[in-house]
Amino acid sequence: MSVARPVPEPTIDSKPYWDGLKERRLLLQQCGNCGLVRHYPRPMCAACHSLEVRWIESSRRGRLHSWTAVHHPFVPALRDEIPYVMATVELEEGVRLQCQMLDAEAAALRLDLPVEIVFREVQDGLVLPFALVV
Amino acid sequence: MAASLNGRAAVVGVGETAYRRGSDRSALALQLEASLRAIEDAGLEPKDIDGLLPYASGAAVAEDFITNFGLEDVTFSATTPMGGASCVAAIQAAAVAVATGLCRNVLLPIGRRGYSDSRVASRVAAMPQFHVVSEFETPSGAIAPAQLYAPMARRHMELYGTTADQFAEVAVTMRRHAMLNDNAIMREPMTVEDHHASRMISDPFRLFDCCLESDGGAAVVISSAERAADTRRPVPILGVAEGHPDSPSVITQRPDITRLGLAKAAPRAFGMAGVGPGDVDVAEVYDCFTWTVICQLEDLGFCAKGEGGAFVEDGRIGLGGELPVNTHGGLLSQAHIVGMNHVCELVKQMRGEAGRAQVAGAEVGLVTGYGDLGDGSLAIMGAAA
Ligand SMILES: [Zn+2]
Repeated sequence: MSVARPVPEPTIDSKPYWDGLKERRLLLQQCGNCGLVRHYPRPMCAACHSLEVRWIESSRRGRLHSWTAVHHPFVPALRDEIPYVMATVELEEGVRLQCQMLDAEAAALRLDLPVEIVFREVQDGLVLPFALVV
Repeated sequence: MAASLNGRAAVVGVGETAYRRGSDRSALALQLEASLRAIEDAGLEPKDIDGLLPYASGAAVAEDFITNFGLEDVTFSATTPMGGASCVAAIQAAAVAVATGLCRNVLLPIGRRGYSDSRVASRVAAMPQFHVVSEFETPSGAIAPAQLYAPMARRHMELYGTTADQFAEVAVTMRRHAMLNDNAIMREPMTVEDHHASRMISDPFRLFDCCLESDGGAAVVISSAERAADTRRPVPILGVAEGHPDSPSVITQRPDITRLGLAKAAPRAFGMAGVGPGDVDVAEVYDCFTWTVICQLEDLGFCAKGEGGAFVEDGRIGLGGELPVNTHGGLLSQAHIVGMNHVCELVKQMRGEAGRAQVAGAEVGLVTGYGDLGDGSLAIMGAAA
């Protein structure tokens, strides 16, 4: 008996991000005024306070900033995947995201390991980013 | 520069229920019981309470205390929604309220059934401060504090060589202190080997790196310095501050994930108190996880960033050491009352009423709060007159 993952509830500010994932594209917000890239999606640029936004596609290349191997089933939907590794990835664009790692052995991980972001449809209509050691 | 609160307010009463795993009382009843004890400890009566600062993420609101105590004219109420930093941040809000005369005696109550009712993963998911994590990280599998803080600890280990043995040193020290405390839940001896053998929760955190889930209530009463002079044994507040980390609602985007909001609060609180870390005789440090103690000792300025692991070695944070930490056993071994138990313990220390855990001649003590993904708060107190 499988339990569904918690499903995100996209907002006006974040909908393009989630729509992008469905198309297997990692979209990031870029300030329409000063060009600063930010993540996770939000309405305002903290540098210049502009509300103008454009969306750019990430290179999906990054480095491992930190990680944890999760052994306790805090998220019931992931009980069968334990232990799974959560990665904090610093993207080339200068922002980070947290996602699950594919085929990772926690003991072999180290800071700044090159990774790339790939996509998996984990359940009907929910495409998530995953990190893969390059 | 803000007006100083040094010497303008004092903690005049503390009250705690029995801390347990399992309670037949509601969370509201637990904090009413603790509140009565705190009011009585101050030598006051419920009708003297005219300010309320209930725990923001808790089971009760100001109205519940007005109703149950039959308070006729409460002139100040607020909440400080900072998770585990709330209780100590509430000391700052209370000090402002009594120093400016908005009210005379503020009650800071908390009560919870953390063991008997819903557990931490479902509690935090309901908190508005977690909405960024809930939308962008929980679908991928991250929700509980243990998971969210683990990458901070992992990076600290990789950058600075912090070790699991040093984590264990914190856990074992808290346990040793809890064994002196009749109101501590965990009083069986713990060794470093026991720590290393406990099951992995979210690497590098093992079970014994994580705080307890417990049931109980605690409360303090804070009054203006003038009012406090008439109470049984007031403890003066010398310095107090709160601090919010960069990227406060999501750790992942924080420029330095090993630096907490406390790093911003500490210089302000020490500056207000006119003391430095070297003057502190006893420290009650919010210990939701062992590593969190190590990181806060750095951010408080007891040692440089990266040196916290070495700092906790060699008995330095145990009773009899250079800086006794969590003399009551902390969240790790006494009980998880969101750090109000830490506030109560510091007041007892500053009164010389901490029993077998008393730090002889303690003149200056501090208590920290840590929560909501990195918010920090800090109060520095002096010895009771
Ligand atoms: Zn901008």
